[in-house]
Amino acid sequence: MGKKTLTKADNPAETQDQMIADLADKWRDKKGSLIMALHDVQDHYGYVPRDVARKLAHELDVPLARIYEVVTFYNYFKLTPPGKHRISVCMGTACYLKGAPELIEEIESLLGVKEGQTTSDGLYQMDVVRCLGCCGLAPVLTVNEEEGDKVYAKIPRKQVAEIIAKYSKSGENEKK
Amino acid sequence: MSKQTIFLLRDTSLTQDKTRDFQILFLKVARDLGIEDSIQAVRASDLGIYDKGYVIKDLTNEVIYANLQESDIEKFLKATLMGEGSVDEFKYTPDKCQLRIVLRNCGVIDPESIDEYMAHEGYCALAKALTEMTPEKVIEEMKKSGLRGRGGAGFPTWMKWSFARNSLDETRFVVCNGDEGDPGAYMDRSILEGDPHAIVEGMILAGYAIGAQRGFFYIRAEYPLAIKRIEKAIAQAYERGLLGENILGSDFSYELEVRLGAGAFVCGEETALIESIEGKRGMPRSRPPFPADKGLWNHPTIINNVETLAAIAQIINRGGEWLARIGTEKSKGTKVFAITGKVKNSGLIEIPMGMTISEIVYGIAGGVLGGQKLMAVQTGGPSGGVIPEHLINTPVSYEHLAEVGSIMGSGGLIVMDEDDCMVDIPRFYLRFCVEESCGKCAPCRIGGYQMLKIIDRIAEGKGVEADLEKMKRIAEGMQKASLCALGQTAPNPVMSTMKYFAEEYRQHVQDKKCRAGKCTKMVQYSIDQAKCKKCKLCVVNCPVGAISGSREEGYVVDQVKCIKCGTCYEVCKFNAIVRK
Repeated sequence: MGKKTLTKADNPAETQDQMIADLADKWRDKKGSLIMALHDVQDHYGYVPRDVARKLAHELDVPLARIYEVVTFYNYFKLTPPGKHRISVCMGTACYLKGAPELIEEIESLLGVKEGQTTSDGLYQMDVVRCLGCCGLAPVLTVNEEEGDKVYAKIPRKQVAEIIAKYSKSGENEKK
Repeated sequence: MSKQTIFLLRDTSLTQDKTRDFQILFLKVARDLGIEDSIQAVRASDLGIYDKGYVIKDLTNEVIYANLQESDIEKFLKATLMGEGSVDEFKYTPDKCQLRIVLRNCGVIDPESIDEYMAHEGYCALAKALTEMTPEKVIEEMKKSGLRGRGGAGFPTWMKWSFARNSLDETRFVVCNGDEGDPGAYMDRSILEGDPHAIVEGMILAGYAIGAQRGFFYIRAEYPLAIKRIEKAIAQAYERGLLGENILGSDFSYELEVRLGAGAFVCGEETALIESIEGKRGMPRSRPPFPADKGLWNHPTIINNVETLAAIAQIINRGGEWLARIGTEKSKGTKVFAITGKVKNSGLIEIPMGMTISEIVYGIAGGVLGGQKLMAVQTGGPSGGVIPEHLINTPVSYEHLAEVGSIMGSGGLIVMDEDDCMVDIPRFYLRFCVEESCGKCAPCRIGGYQMLKIIDRIAEGKGVEADLEKMKRIAEGMQKASLCALGQTAPNPVMSTMKYFAEEYRQHVQDKKCRAGKCTKMVQYSIDQAKCKKCKLCVVNCPVGAISGSREEGYVVDQVKCIKCGTCYEVCKFNAIVRK
């Protein structure tokens, strides 16, 4: 799912209301579709903002608690905004055996963030994810780019710094 | 017009998918040679070959060429189409041990084209069932085939179907379980992505057999391509009248839609999956009533795994006896495995049931990576167990794997060598289960956590003799009293390693030693003075300054200061650092 950019629309409040209303119309009559509606929200914002959750609860006529109940149960839904570059390290069995814990350690020491946290400048976020399904390439990490996730395969610990540098502000400028 | 030769192209090195560039170049070379019109080059998503560079499959004679370079294209085209020279050196002989039933179309057809699927017997089974067979006959055929659920437990598919069929409640549902959460397994994803129509057809047939009105695909949100392809396949099926009202002119009407998972392993469990489709937290219900009796919104619901559904159309096409001829007495047909870990060729394979694990590991997968000694093979992911080296000739089937204390599982097959620690591996799986436990029932929530604390303690070198007995008792409680399979099977990895690798546990507990050096808290680094060239590289790189000494006296590691980071071990160019 291509994540939309998180830039604020010209008229944020109004477009947000409209979007939620559309979303509610799309799912209201389908039984048990709360999770699907939340997927749409998360696709749009990258997380489930509290005000959106409140409005959605109102539109779908479900208690806010029900929404939070679901959001907090599933790993996929987030309550805080994601970092600009999301580094997801695969922790499937194959990656685990082939050195994913070392990659995580390296990222933790380089960026000073723990699993699920975002750096204070909002540039990086590190996630530890379940099997990405490309165990032949272990260990694997992905970084989200505009065109979709970029997969880095069979990476040695030493290469981590290089990958992170590619997404730093100066690294981006170099690309341009 | 000259005959069209179709080539399937694929970059199998997988470091980066460069197949598109290769295709452009391929066509450019063909244009330069003036044979552009007589060929068609298609990018394949998966040919079942891995780490062999660019691979080309010639569809006219089914010959596969591997390890090609960009520079070989001209030579290749000249040899295959113009009869100049030879490219026999690139010929690739696929191993004959595999039998592709479920994966037959994967990598062969364009998964986004319903026409290509139809050209490969697609939807023939549906037409046959709707025109010639009653729903009871369809179930009868499934019974003859002996197909058992491929999700792991191996419940006979026909039986599940007939429970729902015979229910008094007329509102019935079919669910495709595409919530593949096992770490190290990706069979379902490959099938969903490679042959989505086969699963759609399987879903329709299942719906017809049990008399359902609607079906749901429940797919992990982490599989965007699989979701996209299934959605497209459903839309195409609607366009052709294969879904919707009065399918193919019969009085059977059926709707399909996709629901997304949201990253909860427990949702692979039937009743938790139902809760999730209903839009709630994915917590299992107590059973009975079973879903076939009271499932989605309390109506009869059958839930089948992707791999199970992918086999159904072919069973109807070829008859149940056809499948029943493949496999062992109690396990029929084929099984797809995702081989990963320390093997030379990791990847997806499909084998007939009854093949031994050693045939898979040494035959198909090419043996252990780096010529290491095989330690064990793990099947069934966090719910399964390990199979030690001396039982490697166990045939793959539900009953044989259960005998040795593992399970078939959904199809992850992880090979471990001597560098893997048999305390660390079950600890990884147990941690996974504890994190994924939904917390509804106490045996799983509390038992799992306590067990993890004990095994953590053992791995840190603080274990005592009584811990092993304690773990056994907790495991028994979890197996007996947990609400769903997650809790019931969570102790399996620990129990099976304790059974087969008791010596290793003893070493951890009594000697405080980890043979593989994986339990880092127990590892000790020291310097082999005979090998040490006094280059000081380790001294400079040690983050805590734990290495001291001088050129004359040699260097030593201060065990109190050492944080066991392994940096010295990595930087030493002379293998002088000893890890024990």
